[in-house]
Amino acid sequence: MDLALAPETLARWQFGITTVYHFLFVPLTISLAALVAGLQTAWVRTEKEKYLKATKFWGKLFLINIAMGVVTGILQEFQFGMNWSDYSRFVGDIFGAPLAFEALIAFFFESTFIGLWIFGWDKLPKKLHLATIWMVSIGTILSAYFILAANSWMQHPVGYRINEERGRAELTDFGAVLTQNTALAQMFHTLTAAFLVGGAFMAGIAAFHLARKKHVRVMKTSLRLGLVTVTISGLLTAVSGDVLGKIMFEQQPMKMAAAEALWDGEDSAPFSIFAYGDVAQGHNKVAIEIPGLLSFLAHNNFDEHVPGINDLNEEMQEEYGPGDYRPNIPVAYWGFRWMIGFGMASLGIGVLGLWLTRKKFLLPQSMRVGEDEVPHLVLFKKALSPKFTRWYWLVALWTMLFPLIANSWGWIFTEMGRQPWVVFGVLKTSAAVSPGVSQGEVITSLAVYTLLYAVLAVIEVKLIIKYVKAGPPELSEADLNPPTKIGGDDRDADRPMAFSY
Amino acid sequence: MELHDVWFVLIAVLWIGYFFLEGFDFGVGILTKLLARDRKERRVLINTIGPVWDGNEVWLLTAGGATFAAFPEWYATLFSGFYLPLLVILICLIIRGVAFEYRHKRTEDRWQTNWEHAIFWTSLLPAFLWGVAFANIARGVKIDREMEYVGDFWDLLNPYAILGGLVTLSLFTFHGTVFAALKTLGDIRMRARKLALGLGLVTAVLALGFLVWTQADKGDGTSLVAMIVAAVALVGAVGAVKIGREGWSFALSGVTIAAAVAMLFLTLFPNVMPSTLDPAWSLTVSNASSTPYTLKIMTWLAGIATPVVLLYQGWTYWVFRKRIGTQHIAADAH
Repeated sequence: MDLALAPETLARWQFGITTVYHFLFVPLTISLAALVAGLQTAWVRTEKEKYLKATKFWGKLFLINIAMGVVTGILQEFQFGMNWSDYSRFVGDIFGAPLAFEALIAFFFESTFIGLWIFGWDKLPKKLHLATIWMVSIGTILSAYFILAANSWMQHPVGYRINEERGRAELTDFGAVLTQNTALAQMFHTLTAAFLVGGAFMAGIAAFHLARKKHVRVMKTSLRLGLVTVTISGLLTAVSGDVLGKIMFEQQPMKMAAAEALWDGEDSAPFSIFAYGDVAQGHNKVAIEIPGLLSFLAHNNFDEHVPGINDLNEEMQEEYGPGDYRPNIPVAYWGFRWMIGFGMASLGIGVLGLWLTRKKFLLPQSMRVGEDEVPHLVLFKKALSPKFTRWYWLVALWTMLFPLIANSWGWIFTEMGRQPWVVFGVLKTSAAVSPGVSQGEVITSLAVYTLLYAVLAVIEVKLIIKYVKAGPPELSEADLNPPTKIGGDDRDADRPMAFSY
Repeated sequence: MELHDVWFVLIAVLWIGYFFLEGFDFGVGILTKLLARDRKERRVLINTIGPVWDGNEVWLLTAGGATFAAFPEWYATLFSGFYLPLLVILICLIIRGVAFEYRHKRTEDRWQTNWEHAIFWTSLLPAFLWGVAFANIARGVKIDREMEYVGDFWDLLNPYAILGGLVTLSLFTFHGTVFAALKTLGDIRMRARKLALGLGLVTAVLALGFLVWTQADKGDGTSLVAMIVAAVALVGAVGAVKIGREGWSFALSGVTIAAAVAMLFLTLFPNVMPSTLDPAWSLTVSNASSTPYTLKIMTWLAGIATPVVLLYQGWTYWVFRKRIGTQHIAADAH
């Protein structure tokens, strides 16, 4: 069969498209849930109206986004069985459990409490209502943990044995699956990267309004929260990325060699800035490198040996039999660079913003502004010119896309970098597809999902833009007087619901 | 009783939970065209399930995840075998979730009308297709020695399965109508009661046909008991709504769903997916299940987490216990 239309290829495209798409919504959901919960906490504690307005504004964007995250997630639960039935048969004994944990612990939490939060403004006392959004936030984080534990097992299988008779992998140590260093490092890295997404989203949209001098009070608070989030999570993403990278050098050296297009092993291996190579011949034609840095990243030591793609391929052929054990090198190489590049660019722009908009700290007296004024962007002692000010706001706005790009490439890199394995060293991707599903069926579903997701993307982006432009809502009497009883006060039985579909 | 038997029961419980809960919210989705006369009434209906539909749907994800973990072979055969019906169900659930959240986000008439069409169709199709799927599981399908489904799409649309689909469609619509009567106020509540009577009769005829067919084909003593419970509960549900006891009626339509699903599972056991090609090739609780170690972990999980989930999900229903009428729907779309 034509390789381009082989069920394996189609099933992989389907998994790639639907999962990368799903993961556009996931990090924003994780981070916005916590940020909105933080803003609402500030409202409950200080009773300052700007916090409630901010909660409502970001809450609305959060809901538009989580709706997409939830529905595109349903598909994921079924996709393993539909397109990857041999995978499911082989790993179900191990892989199914974290998925069941995720559904029973995290999804129920998230979905039940989100309903309470959305409809609960006039049904729950203030503090209880606040608790519901925190529950949602906890749910999103637990969900991330279980699914990352499952993914980590594919990256680095532990706590199992192979049952030859049944032809499957069987769980022997669930604790090891949940607590292995791959899972913990992936969790650390994914969560920090998620907050980078939410922080940049918040800062970008706040910059959009501040550039127009609209909703200043709410947006100044939001800008600061966004920039602080970007800075902290950006730094932690770098740290966690380093931790995860070191683990990968140990567990999947091929992935890391591919990430660097390091064809042949070297002592004092260099970090590649740019490379253009010949995959068939197994070497680079052009390479710009920083000497020794790769050895340092891998082992904290500038001189240590790092094995290359060609050596590792031979090693794996000896261990697993003949075959090509190299992932798609250009994708791994460039995916790794886009991930780091876009992630760190957003961190840089965030740190710059935090400095430019600093308040009392190191800011000349004359540059300080009142609560309802847009902050001056002050580089040293003087404010930036109007032209540069506009530029910074514009850059900040577009920067909100950077962490999303970085997240997507991070996943594409780590998943494609593991190929040809679906479970590293244990099961090849080609042995994982559903043998009974026809080419026509996979093409149909691939076409339908792609089309549907494209349409939904247009709808969702337009809605986000509409609600971004609308800005924070005016607060009503009811907003400021939440009920004191669970189920709502009985003051007026015919009063319209605070929120209705 | 071995652990895989326990898990057979638990999987049945998860599907019962799913059909009990999402059954009525599918029904309410269908009522938006069957019962509501204008947009405001449609919104009353949608808002009766507004805070809870998402939590209800998680029962499906849990049933799916638990099947994966406890019976990987069952999960693999079922989901790869029933590919196209599941594809339609998934597409519907994707659109449906977005439809609830986005319908009110713009005020244009076209926008809202389109999403309302979407809510109707994406509630109706899964309500039908789940019945088709479960009837096929109960009846058995072409499964080969390798546990692969080797039939095609049209094999799934046999008369028994289509009848099964019509049963879930009508039963969920009835269940949803009773729920609507229980949760609304005024004129729409009265009309829901009236509609429930008619729907109850249609459901009774279809369900009786299907259950008797099942009993005749595969039944034994225990499945007969389940069948009688389902039938009595359904008659009781219709009677209760007739005398205006909506709470009782809803509880009884729920019992009908639970007993009907239980009956299908009773006729299955110890199979989980019988093969029509050779009984020896059937998937069973023992050849499709995970190791005792995994099942033990799963049992701990279910034992601890399920009661907690029931507790807070139940609490949600209590928080939103008040009935809704057209007066509660703000004129402003947001």
